[in-house]
Amino acid sequence: MKQTLNSTSLSSAAAMAVRILFAAVAAFPIVFMMVSSLKPDQQIFGDMSSVAAFLPIGNISLDNYAAVFERVPAARFLINSIGISAVTVVLGIFINSLCAFALSRMEIRGKRVVFTAILATLIVPFQTLALPLVWWVNQLPYFELNGFSLEISKGWLDTYQVQIIPFIANAFSIYLYHQYFESIPKELDEAARIDGAGWFTIYRKVVMPLAGPATATVAILTFLPAWNSYLWPLMVVQSEELRPVMIGIQYFFQLNVSWGEVMAYASLITIPVVVLFIAFQRSFINSIASSGVKG
Amino acid sequence: MNKRFTRILATSVAAAALVGSLGACGKGSASAPSVGSNEITMWTHNAGNAEELKAVENIVDSYNKSAGAKAKIKVQAFPQDSYNDSVVSAAASGKLPCIVDIDGPNVPNWAWAKYLTPLKLDADVSKNLPSTVAKWEGETYAVGTYDVALAMLARASDLKAAGVRVATVEKPWTKDEFQDALTKLKALGKWEYPLDMGTAGTGEWLPYAYSPFLQSFGGDLINRDGFQSADGVLNGDKAIEWAQWFRGLADQGFMAKKSGKDSTQDFLNNKSGLLYTGSWAADKARAAVGKDLVVMPSVDLGTGPKIGGASWQWGVTSGCNNSAAAMDYLSYSLKPENLAAVAKATGTIPATDEAAALLPEYAKGGTNRIFMELSRNYAVMRPETPAYPFIATEYGKAVQDILAGADPKTALDKSVKAIDANIKSNGGYKN
Repeated sequence: MKQTLNSTSLSSAAAMAVRILFAAVAAFPIVFMMVSSLKPDQQIFGDMSSVAAFLPIGNISLDNYAAVFERVPAARFLINSIGISAVTVVLGIFINSLCAFALSRMEIRGKRVVFTAILATLIVPFQTLALPLVWWVNQLPYFELNGFSLEISKGWLDTYQVQIIPFIANAFSIYLYHQYFESIPKELDEAARIDGAGWFTIYRKVVMPLAGPATATVAILTFLPAWNSYLWPLMVVQSEELRPVMIGIQYFFQLNVSWGEVMAYASLITIPVVVLFIAFQRSFINSIASSGVKG
Repeated sequence: MNKRFTRILATSVAAAALVGSLGACGKGSASAPSVGSNEITMWTHNAGNAEELKAVENIVDSYNKSAGAKAKIKVQAFPQDSYNDSVVSAAASGKLPCIVDIDGPNVPNWAWAKYLTPLKLDADVSKNLPSTVAKWEGETYAVGTYDVALAMLARASDLKAAGVRVATVEKPWTKDEFQDALTKLKALGKWEYPLDMGTAGTGEWLPYAYSPFLQSFGGDLINRDGFQSADGVLNGDKAIEWAQWFRGLADQGFMAKKSGKDSTQDFLNNKSGLLYTGSWAADKARAAVGKDLVVMPSVDLGTGPKIGGASWQWGVTSGCNNSAAAMDYLSYSLKPENLAAVAKATGTIPATDEAAALLPEYAKGGTNRIFMELSRNYAVMRPETPAYPFIATEYGKAVQDILAGADPKTALDKSVKAIDANIKSNGGYKN
């Protein structure tokens, strides 16, 4: 009995050690980034060949963070990205879930064809669409309230909406919601209809409240590309005050790169992603496990 | 249930309001950057490079306040690495500003693509460093306020310990001397690799840094007579010799096939003894190493030392609706005091002797004077053809393949084939 206990605790300790090892390997880049953000350049490279690279030792300070705010309007970029990502996520959840709801629950002729066509867009890489999309958004009308008069001009370039609206509708989010909605019994809809509920009420009061894990996954999978958006804002935004955080990282790659500042900026823009993941991780994992997809 | 949905909607409204308010306080120039009564926009690659951006903004401010200003100039700065992409997408949507800065070797391509219009300046640029004036098909399309130069940095004490002479502009190292110097430096046992050529570099660094060695051997990126083919120059005997020599530096353990990410920092940390880099690293190295630092010319591999010419330059776009004002500003920016201010802020080589005289480090006898001499004596312009961006990419791939172990002849033949096909498919890049 004692031997069995010993071997059980030994094997669980070994399993734990393996898990810790994997966790450490996954965490090393982030630890390195955060620790390096506190060191001067010379020390970062000096520590590189030893374990000191992962330890906050030596000449530690917040100088790199102070320098980041001098080199880049980091606060402005962060606020821009938070705003752009939040609106994209919230509107994305609403629009994509509505679309998936219609395709999953309503009897519409040709809905399989529509769903297939939506899924087909997943195979087209964004890079191939980027330039034509720039042309299109430049043809769209832009309404601006100037005092009491409404002014109309052409082109959405260099605005916030050009960074948001093209990314609200998302085939993968529709697919994810659709698959999740399919797992919710249709009898619930019928019961609600007997009680006099219309389609939007069923969507709002029956289906969406049960789709929490799918919503959490869609939120994260919409947030990440919105937060990491680089190519698109590069092409459509010219004014510094409208730029998102990812463009900011390029500010540091001058002829003489200051790696401490790069690490400090990278740490700053990683924190919101880590916080979001921690907040949603249970729902995220549940949804991934139940839908069988990975992000 | 209701509460949760209401919360989502409330968050949506709040987020939309946040972006709306951001828009109100930070509305970009949604209309074409060059429109407006008497304002023209100028794009620069200097976002994040506070010193250079400040120097440019100071010139713009002083022009805007000057009595003879023909328009108000508005500066928009972009990060360097993504600048070209921003320009190309702006060109695609017809939103180019009036004035742009351009990396010198790209000027013919942008002129061919009709992004740029020929310059008609009041300023006399005949005495500028030749590498700061970009021409294509007989017309000047861009002018630079500065240039940069490639050189070798070392510690005098290391060279002395190895028994190696300091190379000078008058007497650079020959190929054999370079081999001897590397052998002796390696024998000191201080470094795993005594030479750092920045082999981890990517993009424009590859042709900028390594094609001068090819040219010093007697090869080139393209036959400059008509710029229609690379056959025989990029894959000829001289080019094969260059490739074998370059690969040999790695095979003999003199340099890493892939250097560290920051070669200057590695040199300062004594991880290498000889650094091949640009003039931009000199001030940082001098601050760290002090008087022990020596700046030497590149190696003479047969036809004399060569370095890449041309850095960032200014041009006027063909769609500019006030090109007279744009030209007027460019002429103003080329005044010696303006050239000197930019060079001082950026640690670069001022475009004229007159401007250099205003800077002690670039005046005769100054610590950085050598870079001006290197630029004047050894700079070779990268091929002045619209095909250059393609050639640069192909050459860069060949360099990486050769370092990785590819047969030099095969790698270079492949590049030549691709380059010639590209030129042919673009109708020879005729104007």
